[in-house]
Amino acid sequence: MNTRDNTKPKEARLLAVTSILGYGFPELALKIGMEADPHMIGADAGSTDPGPYYLGAGKAFCSRLSIKRDTRLMLLAAVPRGIPVLISTCGGAGGEPHLQFMAELVREIAREEKLDFKLALIHAEQDPAFLKKQLAAGKVKSASRRPPLTVEQIDGATRIVGLMGPEPFERALENGAQVILAGRATDPSIWAAGVARAGLPPEMGWYAGKMLECGAEPAAPKRDGCLLARVYQDYIDLEPTNPEQSCTRLSVANFALHENPSAIHHYEPGGMLDTSACSFEQLTDRVVRVRGMKWVPSAVYTVKMEGVKHVGYRAIAMCATRDPVLIKGIDDYLVRVRAIVDEKTRNFGVPEGGYQLAIRCYGLNGVMGEREPVKTTSAHELSFILEVLAPTQEVANAVVAISRTTILHADFPGRLCKEGNMGIPFSPADVEMGASYEFSVYHIVDAEDPYHLFPIEYADVKGRT
Amino acid sequence: MTRIKDLASVCKSKNAGPFDLTIDVIFGSDELFERVAATGILSAALFAKLYNVDESEVLFMPYPPARAFKATLPRLIPAGAFGDSDVYGAQQHGPILEVEIPD
Repeated sequence: MNTRDNTKPKEARLLAVTSILGYGFPELALKIGMEADPHMIGADAGSTDPGPYYLGAGKAFCSRLSIKRDTRLMLLAAVPRGIPVLISTCGGAGGEPHLQFMAELVREIAREEKLDFKLALIHAEQDPAFLKKQLAAGKVKSASRRPPLTVEQIDGATRIVGLMGPEPFERALENGAQVILAGRATDPSIWAAGVARAGLPPEMGWYAGKMLECGAEPAAPKRDGCLLARVYQDYIDLEPTNPEQSCTRLSVANFALHENPSAIHHYEPGGMLDTSACSFEQLTDRVVRVRGMKWVPSAVYTVKMEGVKHVGYRAIAMCATRDPVLIKGIDDYLVRVRAIVDEKTRNFGVPEGGYQLAIRCYGLNGVMGEREPVKTTSAHELSFILEVLAPTQEVANAVVAISRTTILHADFPGRLCKEGNMGIPFSPADVEMGASYEFSVYHIVDAEDPYHLFPIEYADVKGRT
Repeated sequence: MTRIKDLASVCKSKNAGPFDLTIDVIFGSDELFERVAATGILSAALFAKLYNVDESEVLFMPYPPARAFKATLPRLIPAGAFGDSDVYGAQQHGPILEVEIPD
């Protein structure tokens, strides 16, 4: 980085290429961003938002094709110019299979494009023994009102990842890594690392990271694009590089509230970002300047842990009714369907309580469930998704099949549609969903230091030979 | 009376982690934000009532720099667990749209 030149104010230029690696961005937006000569480019590749399945199953929630496209463009833009490329929460969930998936993909691109670079892989999957040690020492806290962590939860988890802070990225950069692929990290960490490397204060790095973690989301109108942050000692200038977009006070303020419980306190490894005194200034018609953020270091360096447990197997089926008599009496009908399913499943050997059935009724309360304030429907059609969870796939498939048959054919008062109550859109009607997971570990652990939970491995990738 | 859906520039919901939902309402000018704030209608008590949780479980705060109000409250079902119908929590803002603010 060339920011240590004392004749100029320190500046870090950071380019976030996309909101999630694999979501895509226009090539023009990347080209314009690269013209600003960024000190690093990067993308966060994941989140807990797509739910527990991906961490449990070791799979990415974006496709390999779309991830490869985005990654190829990043490597081609940055590697020949010696600009570091940082990708965090690889494969969407940041476990070991996710990291290896990205490492293999990056090596494939290097061969195809004949690129040479020093690669760093930063691992985030956690050793249960360390968690048990910290638990025994009273060094684990619950997040989001979770019950206290137990040894059984640690042992019962399919996979546990820790959310790394910026320090492992800083170390990999210090050691000359040009492409850094990491497991689970807090979303702003790669950017906080880039700003720290430029010798700028932590509050600037964390705030820049908060803005950059979702690509051009702080810009409007909503488009795919890249976001450029110019970070200085006291303020950050945010500018989208897609010419169709602008940062406005509203678009930046909107994003400042994104996915965080508090508007003003943002807890991160090693401290808390306080945004209560932030101000947003419209610098030009496309650039917003933010200042006034503060960083409050914590006494203990903590790391959040995310883990999921396997809870069984799922199968689903979809159907819809266009019958006005059925729609009028739908609540009673669904009670009756459940009773018949209970009886028939017992008849073929499923013990009582041996499955769970959820019936989502779209057109009534399919989206909000019990929180839906509108209690009656004026819709002329209703659609249903039947979801079954059971200890084995065989039982899940059997219960969803009998549920689908029952909702299709059961009787109800005033029934005229004697051949069937539902339009079923597909043959086959039922979908096997495979293993099902739930978030189980969501706890904050005293990490002792920022590095040892996140080992770094280096390799010289030689795509030219 | 004017409904939030006709006053706000943004009204949205999203997960704040797998166990919490966060709802943001943003207004387009300081004047509008101040006017809504002065009514006291957007409050922890309102969110508790509309989302059927105890008021003590609602973290509510105005955020003047963004002309925004933010409320964070527990999800009924953790994201992606059996029976969940909104894994991202992105469509739970509806009840707020209908809230009426005196003119």
